[in-house]
Amino acid sequence: MISVSELTKRYARNTAVDHISFEVEKGQIVGFLGPNGAGKTTTMRMLTCFLPPTSGTATVAGFDVLEKPLEVKRRIGYLPEAPPLYQEMRTAEYLTFVGKLKGLSGTELRQRVDTVCDRCAIADVKSKLLGKLSKGYRQRVGLAQAIIHNPEVLILDEPTAGLDPKQINETRELIRGLAGDHTIILSTHILPEVEQTCQQVIIINKGKLVATDSVNNLQNRARGVESVLVEVGSRKGAVDAASVQERLGRVAGVSRVTFKEKRPQGNAFEVENNKGSLVRADLARAVVEAGWDLNELRPASMSLEEIFLQLTREQDETAEGSEKAKGAAQ
Amino acid sequence: MRNVWIICRKELGSYFVSPIAYILFVMFAVIFGWFFWNMLGAFNYYSNAAMMRGEMMPMNVNEQIIRQLLMNMNVVNLFFIPIITMRLFAEEKRNGTIELLATSPIRDVEVILGKWLASVLLYAGMLLVTGLNFAFLFKYGNPDLKPMVIGYLGVLLQAAAMLALGMFISTLTKNQIIAGAATFAVCLLLFVLGWAGGYESATWAQVMNYIAVTTHMESFAKGVLDTKDAVYYVSVIFLGLFLTARSLESLRWRS
Repeated sequence: MISVSELTKRYARNTAVDHISFEVEKGQIVGFLGPNGAGKTTTMRMLTCFLPPTSGTATVAGFDVLEKPLEVKRRIGYLPEAPPLYQEMRTAEYLTFVGKLKGLSGTELRQRVDTVCDRCAIADVKSKLLGKLSKGYRQRVGLAQAIIHNPEVLILDEPTAGLDPKQINETRELIRGLAGDHTIILSTHILPEVEQTCQQVIIINKGKLVATDSVNNLQNRARGVESVLVEVGSRKGAVDAASVQERLGRVAGVSRVTFKEKRPQGNAFEVENNKGSLVRADLARAVVEAGWDLNELRPASMSLEEIFLQLTREQDETAEGSEKAKGAAQ
Repeated sequence: MRNVWIICRKELGSYFVSPIAYILFVMFAVIFGWFFWNMLGAFNYYSNAAMMRGEMMPMNVNEQIIRQLLMNMNVVNLFFIPIITMRLFAEEKRNGTIELLATSPIRDVEVILGKWLASVLLYAGMLLVTGLNFAFLFKYGNPDLKPMVIGYLGVLLQAAAMLALGMFISTLTKNQIIAGAATFAVCLLLFVLGWAGGYESATWAQVMNYIAVTTHMESFAKGVLDTKDAVYYVSVIFLGLFLTARSLESLRWRS
């Protein structure tokens, strides 16, 4: 549905987007993830034909953004970072205007305005001035505007920014509900959002593609080894952390034990084991047989947050490394 | 064409939703009415004086009221044009709504024509109200209609040309005040350029005189439809629209 190849955007002094390539299949929700200033908005603007790319190509719904911009624009709905609202218009009037811009007319237009008002829960502010709406409503009117012509592709730039937790949940529900007949790209720097709404993640940092994969694969890949969090304590006085570490290290399948932190009830350790071996039962037995209390035992799966930090850190390090190498060569 | 009309309707709507349009209509009518009143007064005074002296000086309503009034529009436009054009693109840029227009299946040309048409229609509406004054002239006097219509056409053409330039200036900034002030400066410059032709006959002065927006008004105000002057205004309109289109395009390559 969307295919991007070697897409680059250079400004006078810096490169905002640097040779990015990815594919998005029909009906998927893709999370576009990166810290602020990573190039998310610039990439989205190129996909929506707002900015022309410096080099590389992007096709949306089978049309090239440079060669057939009108065809692309007919098939996309776009919600920019700040919803593009005319302060002096009323909600229904605004949606009608946008609908006309996108080529709707007559009964179809009226029906679509009603449908998107219901869908985005803005029917109660239909006759209010947009300038007087609260942030949450403005965001939802922005979303309604993006889906008014039932586009094949939806591009949403931080759709949940500035909403309260309840509204965030509602918006995510709405976005999930739109998947299937729409292909959606949404950008965010909030990681749980991606875990909850998206099937695929594209991570970029400083204009470069860091990773593109499904959410599940990414979690597995970054883990490599599996790890377990163990908290050991004792009601009969303090436990020597070193002896616990030594005992846990002797359990079969364990590759490394690291002391994590001292807690009121005992000490917490992170136990890494080789992939595939189930050591949790053995760990429990070892602790109990030694006469200690097992306060906690749970798999420490890496959150997307940690994956993200790890991946972006790796990228920064390699960049630094290559620069150093360059310096040495000179 | 449909898209041009959609944009035009939206622009006219926002003029009339805010107080701008009403303020413009009232101010324009009041100022024009005051000019009319004074010229009528002067006309009466001089024709009475002429009669007292028993002179048979031909007093002409077209020459002495309508022509003078329409030449005064040169000055009035100077103040009203920037107010009409300053928000056209500056406001869209500030609100980010330019992004909506730029990502909708509509061409830049259609946006530009729609906005320009809306501003011209607004100005035409303001001009139409001033016709009330002339209705009295026709009731109590016997002016010629044709020169008056041509004069009005000239005023409208001049305004349309300046509106196109003002719209171009509005694409250059996010700030409406800057757009308005710069448009005022440009309009004023185009007004005073004509002075050079008054004392100097060298080529440069003639060129300046030709560029001035006001010198081309004289034939229209007299009631003469001079192709040369009409061509001038139409060329300025095209220049303004062309510059606007270029500026919008460059906005995308730069921002």
